[in-house]
Amino acid sequence: MREVAVLGVGQTKFGELWDRSFREIGIEAGLQALVDAKLSSADLGALYLGNMASGSLIDQEHIAPLILDYAGLAGRHLPAMRVEGGGASGALALHQGYLAVASGLYDYVVVGGAEKLTDVPDATATQITASTADHEWEVVFGATLPALWGLVARRHMHLHGTTREQLARVSVHAHEMGSRNPNAHYRNRLTVEQVVGAPPIAEPLGVLDCAPFSDGAAAVVLGPLDEARRHTDTPVRIAASQVACDSMALQHRKEITSVGATVEAARLAFARARRAPADVQVAEIHDAYSICPIVGLEDLGFVPRGEAGPAFATGRFGLGGSPTINPSGGTKAQGRPFGAVGVAQVVELVRQLRGEAKERQVAGAALGLAHDLGGTGATSVVHLLERAN
Amino acid sequence: MSIARFWRETPRRYNLGGSKCGTCGTVYFPPRPVCPTCTRHRQSIATMAPFQLSGSGEVLSYTVVHEAAEGFEMQVPYVVALVKTDEGPVLTGQVVDLDPGRIRIGLRVHATFRKLREEGAAGVIHYGYKFAPEDDGERRPPPGRPADQVPSSATGDRARA
Repeated sequence: MREVAVLGVGQTKFGELWDRSFREIGIEAGLQALVDAKLSSADLGALYLGNMASGSLIDQEHIAPLILDYAGLAGRHLPAMRVEGGGASGALALHQGYLAVASGLYDYVVVGGAEKLTDVPDATATQITASTADHEWEVVFGATLPALWGLVARRHMHLHGTTREQLARVSVHAHEMGSRNPNAHYRNRLTVEQVVGAPPIAEPLGVLDCAPFSDGAAAVVLGPLDEARRHTDTPVRIAASQVACDSMALQHRKEITSVGATVEAARLAFARARRAPADVQVAEIHDAYSICPIVGLEDLGFVPRGEAGPAFATGRFGLGGSPTINPSGGTKAQGRPFGAVGVAQVVELVRQLRGEAKERQVAGAALGLAHDLGGTGATSVVHLLERAN
Repeated sequence: MSIARFWRETPRRYNLGGSKCGTCGTVYFPPRPVCPTCTRHRQSIATMAPFQLSGSGEVLSYTVVHEAAEGFEMQVPYVVALVKTDEGPVLTGQVVDLDPGRIRIGLRVHATFRKLREEGAAGVIHYGYKFAPEDDGERRPPPGRPADQVPSSATGDRARA
């Protein structure tokens, strides 16, 4: 297996992009990444595209060749493939791109993630995203994605004493970070009182505990680490790319306050990179609902079980924290275009590791972790990225 | 959803039909062709036998839903819970006949046959299980029905949302 590096990154603004189409945003992110990598499209071997639900959201399947076509590459007949894993689609696509370059089959690939959620009403988006849980045995009985995470939150509160205010701190943190990100869907700051007092969605989660439905796209160019210096002064090595899966329905997990797939993906990733959670300075972790990073930080090994809530309340995960969590603002503030999220997380980490994150830069960032989740954790993907010196 | 797609799950959704592994004895709902916990996955395949749940269990966790799933808009706010049945499997379902403010972890509940949702005014009506408090003292009379007419048991209760 060859070592793989990220050579270029690109990302559109996230938000309600009513004036822009799916193909426009997909192409913008991809071309930005190519330019950043100082590559010509003639160098490319393949395109991988992470996307959750284009068929339901924009009535368009078969989107990978569509993006390839409008990027001007149809005539080269490159292989283009869509990768789907619910909310983890983007990170899964990255895993596929990583495997392709590591194997030696392709030298340079573009991995994109794109989703257009605001072309349907919110209620429709709620139903479509709920289908990343088990439709037949959860959704049919009245569950939505926030309802299922509400069940996790209530159980976490019951077992570990996590409080409503601690959950609210997660959203306050996200918006504090997002206020520094010009690409973010929301750049306003929040208070604990605002989060707690917001209208309920699925108790204990309110509207400000839930990431928004956003449009957006992100892309990275991957290539062999040996060639990286020809393209960039600041190559970032993919030190680990691990995928793990678990039961589709929350009801079949042994304990719902832990995502087994994340525990396993993190264990494998840290073992492969020969590193530990304490070595990570910056992490982009799944935060679609305020309970998610609490469970995630415990599953990833950053804090002991039951201690993530209090840790958030102390402000431990801000800039310069141990580690800094979601400097992009996470999905709560930067926005949640489902299939784009896993790729956008890596775009942010690469900017951090290159020292290009401007006012949200984590000083001395050398090792970053990205954690992307599908549904209630049926798919979990962990990437470790390292500044290559 | 097509009629066939809901109809084929009738034995499970109406009668709580699960399965039991003949090798290790673990009970599953919905039924599975292969036992996930059995160390001998392949050997379990031919031994999985039908097993009906009693419908009794207790609330493992709950949420009060205010932004409804499709077809549940008229029921908000409604309680969705994970119910750990006495036979082992955990089911996701609504808890009804209860003031949402009185739901709690550990509450004993029993499955009851109800209308789940309908696909619009002219669409198919879906039926299946919901859960109600086992203790009559916990039960709330449904809207428009005086308390003294609330059935003492879920068995034989007419389907209603």
